[in-house]
Amino acid sequence: MAATDVNLPLPAPASRLSRHTRVLAVQVLTFLAVWAAWEALSRSGLLYEGVVPSSLAVFASIGRQLVDPVFWDHMGRTAYEVIVGFGIGSAVGVTVGLIMGLRRFLAAVSEPFVNYMAATPKIIFLPILMVMFGVGPGSKIAMAAVSAFFPVAVSVYRGALLVNPVLVRVAHSFKATQWRIVRSIYLPSLVPPLLTGLRLGLGVAIVGTLLAEIKLANKGLGYIVIQHYNFFRTADMYAVLIIIFAIAVGINTVMDKLASRHSFKV
Amino acid sequence: MMRLSTLTGLGIVVAAVALLEVLVGQGVISRFLIAQPTAIGVELVTLLHEERLIEAFFSTFGSTLAATGLAILIGVPAGYILYRARILGDAYGPWIAGMFSAPLILLYPLFLVLFGRGVQTIIVISAILATIPIVLNTQQAFIQVRGVFLNVARSFKLSGWQTFWKVLFPAAVPTIFTGIRLGLIYAMISVVAIEYLVVLGGLGSLVSDMYDRYNIAGMYAAILAVIVVTVVFFKLASEIERWLRPM
Repeated sequence: MAATDVNLPLPAPASRLSRHTRVLAVQVLTFLAVWAAWEALSRSGLLYEGVVPSSLAVFASIGRQLVDPVFWDHMGRTAYEVIVGFGIGSAVGVTVGLIMGLRRFLAAVSEPFVNYMAATPKIIFLPILMVMFGVGPGSKIAMAAVSAFFPVAVSVYRGALLVNPVLVRVAHSFKATQWRIVRSIYLPSLVPPLLTGLRLGLGVAIVGTLLAEIKLANKGLGYIVIQHYNFFRTADMYAVLIIIFAIAVGINTVMDKLASRHSFKV
Repeated sequence: MMRLSTLTGLGIVVAAVALLEVLVGQGVISRFLIAQPTAIGVELVTLLHEERLIEAFFSTFGSTLAATGLAILIGVPAGYILYRARILGDAYGPWIAGMFSAPLILLYPLFLVLFGRGVQTIIVISAILATIPIVLNTQQAFIQVRGVFLNVARSFKLSGWQTFWKVLFPAAVPTIFTGIRLGLIYAMISVVAIEYLVVLGGLGSLVSDMYDRYNIAGMYAAILAVIVVTVVFFKLASEIERWLRPM
């Protein structure tokens, strides 16, 4: 894959350091430029008042919301829905992925269905979930579970296919039970794909929950985003979106670190 | 000759549909939870017959193509710039890769405020989502071009322009196509999702409409239609990619 035949001169350590500083400088400058452009746009009067609120107003709103117990109440509801839904979805996903990995015929039967469903936008299933579990937290939990299921199941299944068949054959020669084979061979080698699946699954579970809350809910972070939108409190809306975004990116980074610590070359 | 696994899969689907038909028909499962398969079939025919489904499909398809087109126009040159100006590539590459895993779709209310409640908003958000894989793949495509190719170009004393069009770009095209296919899929998912969320034209809003009218069978029919359309669309995209790939 890599261009091995390129004879690029290796940069000396000193110039690499200055390169790093230059990259950092570009990043900082870009950040400042975007910020300045944002402020200029919000003060220019070119757009309707409030469409692009001043960043100061947004920062003030972030501060205000973070000390507001009502905000944390909404946050708690969203966290509850995400955690329960992710738990259910990933547990079912691991089980289905493992079964598919162990039983090739079942895998061949179900693979097209899993692949098709994995590709469709999950939010489209929300009406079915609302019919079945009501418009309250039940449908959001179900949404998180449905979203998390697919990446977890697919990762575990693909990981199980990569398990060295020699190990399984040796285990069979020693008359190991199915459970023993799963515990001693599959589970240890499935840790890296499982962690990747969980990272992706948690990410889509968060998105699924929030989108469901935005669509129809009476509590949760998604609900307050759309409330702010409906009442045109744009600075507050931007603030909540930034907080949500920061949390989502933070969780993803932590999961990524966890996954990369456990990833070894197969 | 169909494979045994495909036959088994189809058999299970047929059996499940028949079982649901009986269970819902007998009232074991409420028809307000799961619609009777025959009722869904009737709704599907109605949707097709009244042409709302076809109209909705073309609306979704149009938005998807517009978003992907926009994403190609921005993404391919941007990817090339990130390859040429390595400082920019090092500075922005990680940011764009970070955006890949960030839940950008959650920002859609922000775009509703900026661009208004219309198809243009759907296209803009979907274009942004589709641009990311295109930029990253384009940058990667140029980086991966083998040094030997460039050395040969230098031996033939090709100008920068000639090197780009005769060597660099053709060598990068396959990987760029992969990015475009990913972009197309991202755009499609985002278009359908936002159509559903803001109830604005296309397949997504069809599903929302049916739920609001409490037409359960119609809702299942619309969701089924969305699944079929997305699957066919993805299959087509990968077929086209394979067909266009010069090598």
